[in-house]
Amino acid sequence: MLEADIRLHLSRLDLAADFSAGPGEVVALLGPNGVGKSTVLRALAGLLRLAGGRIELDGTVLDQPAGHVFVPPEQRAVALMYQDYLLFPHLSALENVAFGLRARGQDRRAARAAAAAELDRLGVGGVAAARPGAMSGGQQRAALARALITEPRLLLLDEPLAALDVSTKAEVRRLLRGALPGTRAAHLLVTHDLLDAVALADRMLVLEHGTIVQTGTPAEVTARPRSGYVADLTGVTLLRGTAAGPRLRVEGDAELVTTAGLTGPVLAVVPPGAVAVHRERPETAGANLWRGEIGAVDLLGDRVRVRVEGPVAVTAEVPPAAVTGLRLDDGGPLWASIDPAAITVYR
Amino acid sequence: MPHSGQLRNPVVLILAAVSALFFVLPLTGLVIRAPWSSMTSVITSSTSLDALWLTLLASLATTALALLFGFPLAMLQARGRFRGKALLRGLTTLPMVLPPVVGGIALLLAYGRRGLIGQPLGLSLPFTTAGVIVAEAFVAMPFFVITVESGLRSMNTRLEDAARNLGAGRLTVFRRITLPLIAPSLLAGGVLTWSRAVGEFGATITFAGNLPGVTQTAPLAIYISQSSGQLDQAIALSLVLVVVSLAVMIGTRDRSRGG
Repeated sequence: MLEADIRLHLSRLDLAADFSAGPGEVVALLGPNGVGKSTVLRALAGLLRLAGGRIELDGTVLDQPAGHVFVPPEQRAVALMYQDYLLFPHLSALENVAFGLRARGQDRRAARAAAAAELDRLGVGGVAAARPGAMSGGQQRAALARALITEPRLLLLDEPLAALDVSTKAEVRRLLRGALPGTRAAHLLVTHDLLDAVALADRMLVLEHGTIVQTGTPAEVTARPRSGYVADLTGVTLLRGTAAGPRLRVEGDAELVTTAGLTGPVLAVVPPGAVAVHRERPETAGANLWRGEIGAVDLLGDRVRVRVEGPVAVTAEVPPAAVTGLRLDDGGPLWASIDPAAITVYR
Repeated sequence: MPHSGQLRNPVVLILAAVSALFFVLPLTGLVIRAPWSSMTSVITSSTSLDALWLTLLASLATTALALLFGFPLAMLQARGRFRGKALLRGLTTLPMVLPPVVGGIALLLAYGRRGLIGQPLGLSLPFTTAGVIVAEAFVAMPFFVITVESGLRSMNTRLEDAARNLGAGRLTVFRRITLPLIAPSLLAGGVLTWSRAVGEFGATITFAGNLPGVTQTAPLAIYISQSSGQLDQAIALSLVLVVVSLAVMIGTRDRSRGG
């Protein structure tokens, strides 16, 4: 069980992240680049001292400046798997994996035997004798084996999939999904890829501007995002406003009609498929119709996303065939309408 | 089939050939003029043997001192964070470009009998073998420091972080990660320092003097032989140094380049 309240002064922002991770739980720390995700990992690993707050793992305080407690990294039951693996280039894969056991005082033969077994378990027994530079694949498995073999109470995964191509990504995701639940350790997975978080994590933390802006299961976080960052990742439009029954007044002094009945400050999510766009003012349109300008146009697989700038900026999704018909490339005015029933309103 | 990168410009080829000849001819001269018939007796004369033995001893001692004192200095210069680091680096590498005779004078003024700290400490290094080692260390150690420092700088220090996370204390990290990873730099720096120490002349003769058997290293003996008309001895000793240098260069070339 990890309980962390991390306070650090970084050059660009102050970090204040308060979170926990239970035994066996995989928690994803999601956020844009440069918000301090890796710094959180370095603090948990003991490579960086906290400026304030505390880190407690299984009842042991690892870092607490106020109490002058700091456990050095080699005495923490914390393992870190790096994005670039950081396998030791002068040691074979087997020696790399055995390193943690040897450092903890196991004799060479026992450590090597355990390392060989761990490499086998992860399906890369064949690379045991190779040095990392001579390995044509399997580095990520060797790195995972090196991290898992010391039986850490906290396993930190720093963007384990970011450097991989699409096919390897799927393979390693499967590998992690298979290997992680086998341990009783708490897991913290740092990523900026929503798919990784959804596929691997039990719970998500969204870190933005130095603080955790949202916590929840991947389903909760994606269905009801509280940050523009997550909304952008899922492709929905996130609106902030004040509700009075079915009326929702949003920033930009516009009003939408919804089917919700909340009152007070709320968030609202508009899925891109619920936004219809037209070049001319549609004659049959009812509520939630306004005139905007064409913003960014993105091709996503077989869908095209169009940003409609206006009193309420929303993202719409249209089939590629419609791009020509709507003359989206020309820019200019565009009418947007939103189905009131498709808007999710929440606090 | 001509390789696309093949050099064919005749001007370049001629100038390169002149340059190569320039290096090869003096060595050829040494080999041709060597007193081959009396080689054994010339080299085993007590003057030659003393000089060669002293050269070996002092240069190895210098290399050992570089390892003991130069390595920590290289660590400090590569990883320390303090004011005046650039100045320190400049001063500790200055002997590489300083005329050795100037170094010798400076050593006298500091560690000589009436030197800055030589007098209060009662040092008498001149005319002793220890003085030879001090002179050689002053001139040659910077080569070790600068080589090891650049090796430490180019090393990925995150590997040391990774080792600490795996449970290794600072000493284990140093022994099992840092040392093996900078071993090529240590070897290259050691070879550079050793060969510079073997060839040291100016600082040695100025600071330690030219006392046969005590401070007269091979380069000094070669110079004295040549200027006193014993060219055979000068050539024979020179050849020995050429052969040893060549052997060391070939023997360490691949290893000090990395791997």
